[in-house]
Amino acid sequence: MGDSTSITRDAIYLLFSGDAELWAIIGVSFQVSTTAILISIPPAIAIAFLLAYTDFPGRRLTISVFNTLLAVPAVVIGLTFYLLLSRQGPLGDWRLLFTQSAMVMGQIALSFPILVAMGHAAFQAVDKRAWETARTLGASPSFAFYTVMREARFGLLAAMFAGYGRIIAEVGASMMLGGNILHYTRNIPTAIALETSKGEFSQGIALGLVLIILALVLNMSLQYFQGKGQVSS
Amino acid sequence: MNNTDRFCRHNDLTVLRSALSIFVLAISLLYLRTGFSDSALTVDDNRILRLATTTSTDNSGLLSYMLPVFEQKTGYRVHVIAVGTGKALRMGRDGDADVLLVHAPGAEIEFVKAGHGVKRHAVMYNDFVLVGPSSETAGHSIGSDIHEALQQIAAQKLTFISRGDNSGTHKKELGLWNAVDISPEGRWYREVGQGMGKVLQIASELDAYTLTDRGTWLAYQDKSPLVIINQDDARLYNPYHIIAVNPSHVDNINNAGAQALIDWITSESGQSLIGSYTINDHLLFKPSAGPRQLSQSGDP
Repeated sequence: MGDSTSITRDAIYLLFSGDAELWAIIGVSFQVSTTAILISIPPAIAIAFLLAYTDFPGRRLTISVFNTLLAVPAVVIGLTFYLLLSRQGPLGDWRLLFTQSAMVMGQIALSFPILVAMGHAAFQAVDKRAWETARTLGASPSFAFYTVMREARFGLLAAMFAGYGRIIAEVGASMMLGGNILHYTRNIPTAIALETSKGEFSQGIALGLVLIILALVLNMSLQYFQGKGQVSS
Repeated sequence: MNNTDRFCRHNDLTVLRSALSIFVLAISLLYLRTGFSDSALTVDDNRILRLATTTSTDNSGLLSYMLPVFEQKTGYRVHVIAVGTGKALRMGRDGDADVLLVHAPGAEIEFVKAGHGVKRHAVMYNDFVLVGPSSETAGHSIGSDIHEALQQIAAQKLTFISRGDNSGTHKKELGLWNAVDISPEGRWYREVGQGMGKVLQIASELDAYTLTDRGTWLAYQDKSPLVIINQDDARLYNPYHIIAVNPSHVDNINNAGAQALIDWITSESGQSLIGSYTINDHLLFKPSAGPRQLSQSGDP
């Protein structure tokens, strides 16, 4: 199977030699996951805010539902959307199975509960008086919302990074919904699965390195922001 | 203190904002460069052809060798979805693929008979080989006749790795067990439910026997300590057929594209490309679309 040093060396060479196929795969990953997270963030944050700052019937149930969804495996999300989007399924007319849109849908479903659950926790950590004070001082609801968002920004950022981290590294739903089509729906995790099954370990390691570097960058920037937060409070 | 506080807060908001704008800029550049492919899809829907095929054809590299020629010639974009034959047939039935390139004659005939597919066209064939540990490693040797070999494996409970995924190779393997009246079960018989490449890796690691198509084997043999136990046997024949999904059974099938691919792959230029594809100087598939071979195409 080749020794691991030479595999790693080949991997690093592949990554930095500008191998077009490799970078196309990386492009698909970022395009799909970024679209998904950008679509999820606004409604998820709004829901998290409502859960923390308002009271409505079914609020506790909603929280439980989102916490449960956190634990749903990606393949189950993949299978659910597969059945929905298949031509024989209820949404078959949309003709979206094996497209990037299908992958985006799956990844929205995966990141949404994380954003809501962690966003909710972040909003909860903010003193409720921040909202009340802002309102009493004559701030409009939207400005008061902005104030609270600003107070909760590190937690919200952590939620976004966690959500992004889950979907960019996720293989089950992407494989089922995208179909691993070269140059179109083959992203980093599905490519790693494929290359590993073909015994092309260097390709797999090269793509794995991209994910590790990404995780490192996300975590370091989060820590950077959080570090500042501690100083200022 | 208050001043520092305000300063810091202001400062990291600025950092946050600039980080965000760099991010947004990067993403918009990404979209500008690649275009959002799905919108292209809706505009040019009938230029996309969904080919569901087996992992064995895709992993062998044959498709990425020949399909660009077809795409160049006709303007179709072929989306290759590599799955087991069982899943491919299911996708055809559900209308999730336009055309299928598969290798499980029995299941194919049923598929067409049930009206899910239009017609089977012979494309090419190769053969299966039984691979396993060499007699030095294993300390015993296995019969050179495929039926005898399987009987010995079962009798001595030698580890055998089965695809177990309802693929063409899996169906073939079950057919062979059936032919020697053995229903394989027990700790020695392991169904792993994975693609051919993965199965060869598992078999290599466990010094086990497995049935593989020759194409995948040729691509892997350098990485594997296993050797061929049985080959060149009429009972190990492995024909591939291309089938257009029946457009009158499911809506929105790209039948024109499917027909174009069938016409091209069975034409002289498609067939000669198949006949010229080699890995390590080994011919992987032999073209078989012609009146001469058609008589063979119905074999089990």
